[in-house]
Amino acid sequence: MEHRRSILTFIVIALAIVYVGRLFYIQVMDDTYKLDAQNNSRRFEVHHPARGLVYDRNGKLIVTNEVAYDLMVVTGQIKNLDTIALLSLINVNKDVFMSELKKAKQNRYKPYPIVKQISAENYVRLQEQLYNFPGFYVQTRTVRKYPYHCGALVLGYISEVDKNEIEANNYYEQGDYIGKIGIEKSYESYLRGVKGGKYYQVDVKGRVKGSLENGKYDKNVVLGKNITTTLDIELQQYGERLMQNKKGSIVAIDPKTGGILAIVSAPTFDPNIMVGRLVGENYKRLVNDPLKPLYNRPIQGDRYPPGSTFKTLNALVGLQEGIVNRHTMYGCQAGYNSGGLHVGCHNHVSPIDLVESIKMSCNAYYCNEFRAILDANKFPSVREGFLKWRSHILSFGLGDRLGVDLPSERPGIVPKAEFYDRVYGKNRWKSLTIVSLSIGQGEISMTPLQMANIAATIANKGYYYTPHVVQEIDDTVFDKSFIQKHQTSIDPKFFDIVQEGMYQVVQGGPGATAWFVALKDIAMCGKTGTAQNPHGADHSIFMAFAPREDPKIAISVYVENAGFGATWAAPIASLMIEKYLKDTITATWREKQILEKDFIHSR
Amino acid sequence: MAQQFGNILQKIDWHIILIYVFLVFAGWINIYSAVFDETAASIVDIDQKYGKQLIWIIAAFILAVSILIIDSGVYYAFADIFYVLVLLALIGVYLFAPEIKGARSWIEIGPFRFQPSEFAKLATCLMVAKNLGQHGVSIVKRSGIFRIGIIVLIPALLIVMQGDAGSALVFASLFLVFYREGMPFFIILFGVGAVLIFSLSIIWGAEIISILSIIGCLIAFVIYGTQKKHKLPLTTLLLVLAAFLLPLVCYIIMEEKYISLLFAGFILTIIPLAVYTYKKKVAMLMVLFGIAFGSVAISQSVDYVFSHILEAHQQKRINVFFGLESDPRGSEFNVIQSKIAIGSGDWFGKGFLDGTQTKNDFVPEQSTDFIFCTIGEEWGFVGSVIVIALFVYLICRIMRDAERQRTKFSRIYGYCVASVLFFHIAVNIGMTIGLMPVIGIPLPFFSYGGSSLWGFTILLFIFVKLDANREQLIQ
Repeated sequence: MEHRRSILTFIVIALAIVYVGRLFYIQVMDDTYKLDAQNNSRRFEVHHPARGLVYDRNGKLIVTNEVAYDLMVVTGQIKNLDTIALLSLINVNKDVFMSELKKAKQNRYKPYPIVKQISAENYVRLQEQLYNFPGFYVQTRTVRKYPYHCGALVLGYISEVDKNEIEANNYYEQGDYIGKIGIEKSYESYLRGVKGGKYYQVDVKGRVKGSLENGKYDKNVVLGKNITTTLDIELQQYGERLMQNKKGSIVAIDPKTGGILAIVSAPTFDPNIMVGRLVGENYKRLVNDPLKPLYNRPIQGDRYPPGSTFKTLNALVGLQEGIVNRHTMYGCQAGYNSGGLHVGCHNHVSPIDLVESIKMSCNAYYCNEFRAILDANKFPSVREGFLKWRSHILSFGLGDRLGVDLPSERPGIVPKAEFYDRVYGKNRWKSLTIVSLSIGQGEISMTPLQMANIAATIANKGYYYTPHVVQEIDDTVFDKSFIQKHQTSIDPKFFDIVQEGMYQVVQGGPGATAWFVALKDIAMCGKTGTAQNPHGADHSIFMAFAPREDPKIAISVYVENAGFGATWAAPIASLMIEKYLKDTITATWREKQILEKDFIHSR
Repeated sequence: MAQQFGNILQKIDWHIILIYVFLVFAGWINIYSAVFDETAASIVDIDQKYGKQLIWIIAAFILAVSILIIDSGVYYAFADIFYVLVLLALIGVYLFAPEIKGARSWIEIGPFRFQPSEFAKLATCLMVAKNLGQHGVSIVKRSGIFRIGIIVLIPALLIVMQGDAGSALVFASLFLVFYREGMPFFIILFGVGAVLIFSLSIIWGAEIISILSIIGCLIAFVIYGTQKKHKLPLTTLLLVLAAFLLPLVCYIIMEEKYISLLFAGFILTIIPLAVYTYKKKVAMLMVLFGIAFGSVAISQSVDYVFSHILEAHQQKRINVFFGLESDPRGSEFNVIQSKIAIGSGDWFGKGFLDGTQTKNDFVPEQSTDFIFCTIGEEWGFVGSVIVIALFVYLICRIMRDAERQRTKFSRIYGYCVASVLFFHIAVNIGMTIGLMPVIGIPLPFFSYGGSSLWGFTILLFIFVKLDANREQLIQ
């Protein structure tokens, strides 16, 4: 029977080998148990730093923080939950609560924010009773507040991270907040700071047993950085008031720095509606609004034709290329006629020189001038002429993103020669074919921001700084691209002539296109535009800067489907300039007229 | 006496002693760690489990030395009396003991509790060894099987009645002893087969397993009957096929609710066939019928055993083990937490007192049935393997020593000790790593508890004493 001992020994050893193999697998090979052990016995209490504050150029606090209370749950620690008693303390719908609880149960050890932003009053009541609800605790958090109730799209808002954002950046966890639009988004990494927290050892019932290895793994919180913007919040607010019940935009830039003073997209909304428990509903409402309040027109609206404001650039290109000079005259027979094409113009004396052509916004003058550039003998072909023209235009920052520090900027369009090749056939197009470019119609388009930038460039006589919203971040070196001068390809001396023309537009007395918006004591230069567009009535456009000798503000105003540029956009620009430079409005009757005008509801 | 003791020290198997001492102290260290609490004053704090365990360890050492001193003839002579006393204690416990965790298995004396079932193993081992060791008694003969069966079943049933089915299962390990003593291997195979059929019936349902076993036997029969060397007469073949097929066809035609008819038909057809095959001396057919009938009987009895013999928490554990039920807060929780604790140990563990899972009470029963978690978590893979290796060495060493005994009594007792230890170790460790269902039996020498430590100490040291005296003991 001795061999039977061998068999029994074999059985014992075989089983031992199976066990050792199993131990090797769960202890050494498989890491999931280690992770489970960590989740089991550690609790990481996250400390969210207060988000950085935002100031305007005058030091006014424009984005600030408020305390909010979130009810957190660790479902693994729930015991004998009296749902009804809990709900009675916090006024939450039972179905909503149960569905959130279900989500929370997906991870039994991880804290989950089950009811967000409890009111301070409910918080006090809840805090007294909380010991009855093991597994629940309250976490305080800061939420945003926008005291001026304006600048929703430029300041942005924060809300909970979504799945894609968590996947894209492992800093974020479910329940964290992130800037969604505006500078809240583009300066997210500065504003948010770095969250930290403490590790605690907990036992099976979730009771804290002490810190984990004397806080060796604890992470310090880094506070969010405060930001000073270039905005003038009162100008922003005023701009939004002027644009109420209208569609369009206002962009005001300080030409000396490229700092954006105001950037209005209309219609807009109060950023404070994106805070609190109604965020979900409010967001849905905004998304479904046919007027698209979330569409940031000043930087995303790149299908706006510039209209007559573009004549200033064509004048500059003509001067630079020696095609025209200040005194070059062209005739106008109530429009431009060539080869069956008729471009209408309004009634004015004829012929006129370059300055007067800007003052009168003469279409015929620019049709002639534009064709003269492209057909000039110095260019071997129309194509070469066009390419030269185009390179001058591009030097104003058109046809590409300017690089503003706001998300989702669009580039606008300056058509390429290849584009016309495709439409008309290679070299089958002539200057007459594309003559609508001379008056800012046709294939050319730009964002309101780009137009404001053109006004700034003309004010600066040939250069601009990349427009930007943020002026300073605490303890941070400022982005160099914003202090770099962008020089255009036009000689500064030619700008005097165009400035004179734009000066005449406003200050040239009756007959000038925008003479009625002239301001006492302020030498304003401007240019009207009336852009035809496929979406209804013409857009009313005005670009301007002031004062002429020491420009402090350059502005573009778009009022969609509002008719002549002089009628609506110019007075708005005038009011904005006066508001910014003088801080008082003299033409109160004009202000009243603008405020009362409703393009959205009275059609 | 002193002379005699000195003699023993020379003959004693020191390997076993050293492993024993090492395991007991390793056990104490792990209990200390499992219940460690910074606030407790000293390591001999009597209010703490490790303080009590230390007292029990000292007492166990005294017991061990006493056993070595006492004349080895005593164990043989008093085996019967001890067995009867233990049976009385088991009955007493059943009648008078308070219920703790669904079982009436503890006797309380002052602050200490005492568990007779731990000593029932010892008494039964001695009794089995004594009876099976007697001249002319063999586990191969029916009389021997009957006698030994009675000796084992009485305490086993009493323990089941107490509600401690886990401890009763330990007696099943004695099959290994019977195997060593000549029981045919196929009986063990039948035992394994019965467990398999029982388990599968729980998982897939009794009907399917019944039908599958009948079909299996049918196939075996056809293969057997058509082989050239035992070519069966055609009439026999057809008869047997009919006996198997008729009830099956009935079952298929009729609905499930007539399943009892299937078995009635099966029994009715099988009886005349059994008589026939007995007369014709076709033994194989008898075996086939036996297997088919047995499997059907076992799978059909699952329902009854399950709902009438097992307690609710035991049913739950078995269901959880087979994955039929999920119970993350109950018994499944124990296993999950146990696996997490062990699994987080990695190669070398987190170090003494640094286990986060065991220390913070994630693992239930961490000082008793789940003490292996502490080993796994704090001493890692290396520590766990050392413990398992020592256990394996201990068991093999006992079996080796058992073989060199001159008396059947000593040899059988040695194998009893090895089998009981093996069963405890295999089931206990297997349960902590999720390879066995949760059966609440202690890990020898490690688990907290005086009864268990003393029980195993006496069990082991009686054998050490018998072994040391092997040359004096002649039957």
